[in-house]
Amino acid sequence: MNDWRDDIFQVLQDHEIKQVYHVPDAGHSKVIEMCQKSNSMRTLALTTEEEGVPLAAGAWLGGQRSVLLMQSSGVGNTINLMGLTKTLRFPFLTLITMRGEPGEFNSWQYPMGQGTPKVLEAMGVLVMSVDKAEDVKQTVDHAARSAFNGGQAVAVLLRQKLIGIKDFGKKRA
Amino acid sequence: MTATLQRRPLVKKILEGADDNLLVLGGLGSSNWDITNAGDRPLNMPLWGAMGGTVPMGLGLALAQPTKRVLVITGDADLMMVVSTLATVAAQQPDNLAICVLDNEKFGETGNQASHSSPRNNGPTDSGSGADLAMIARGCGIADTGTVREESEVAQLVKDLRTKKGPVFRLVKVMVEKLEFVMPPQDGAHLKDRFRQALLGRP
Repeated sequence: MNDWRDDIFQVLQDHEIKQVYHVPDAGHSKVIEMCQKSNSMRTLALTTEEEGVPLAAGAWLGGQRSVLLMQSSGVGNTINLMGLTKTLRFPFLTLITMRGEPGEFNSWQYPMGQGTPKVLEAMGVLVMSVDKAEDVKQTVDHAARSAFNGGQAVAVLLRQKLIGIKDFGKKRA
Repeated sequence: MTATLQRRPLVKKILEGADDNLLVLGGLGSSNWDITNAGDRPLNMPLWGAMGGTVPMGLGLALAQPTKRVLVITGDADLMMVVSTLATVAAQQPDNLAICVLDNEKFGETGNQASHSSPRNNGPTDSGSGADLAMIARGCGIADTGTVREESEVAQLVKDLRTKKGPVFRLVKVMVEKLEFVMPPQDGAHLKDRFRQALLGRP
């Protein structure tokens, strides 16, 4: 079986994604690197996830598909501009690596991690979720179809169970 | 230094003779009314909200349409909200993107409170930080920046915004004025669809 990260890259290519937006993120790092090396994609490092939504709107105005790769902590940064997906009604796809789920080491990740599905839903984003490697390809493919064929704003939550729990290797006393 | 340039005739000059090769984004509020006053057209994308989003939207569009000229016209406070986006622009170096910031040193839509580009120590209600967006743009890595204050510089400004190799950043100091609202259609989906229809031949 493929590495699920290879599956994500393959689906992005199959759906002719041309612009890939990201911030530094360990969970997405392999996909980001594959996109950077791709001849058919342009990757943009963002200063804040907030840029990703209007970038995607601009790309769509110009006839290109895009994806925003971010972490759950970045979702909060996007919320007002996420309203653009509703106002302009344009296809929007984001893949979100989750933090702050059960098992998380870093207490600072819990508030936004736990709030992520709720705030996305509050903004009218269709939220999908995957926690098994073998389901990644189909889930991301369905998300891309809902976005680019169905005209929806779609988020796929890549659950912490899938990505692995970050462990700093220390026990707290 | 008191600004003397008036934004409405200025924007009219900037957009004069706009053809199908010019894609225009107007930031929320006054810039939206300004580009609409110059003549509403399908290849204008006037924003009614999404503060902070105008420049990144222009960048996404410029990268998607490298053979068209993309011109972002917006206010100082809209850019200031996500000012770091200038570094994202600089990293991509889109040669077809021009950014024109109309800086009246005020939050004009909400009652002319001082914005950050107002001078420091300018009285209890009119003080800002003296933030210089052209300097910030340069610091973010956009090499071609400039500030325009005089009518005599406007012809060159128009030329630079319309034709010079990008990314081009121009800060234009404009007067504080009370102007009538000149509103384009408000429905975002309609604005998007008419833009794509004119540009791509499909909504």
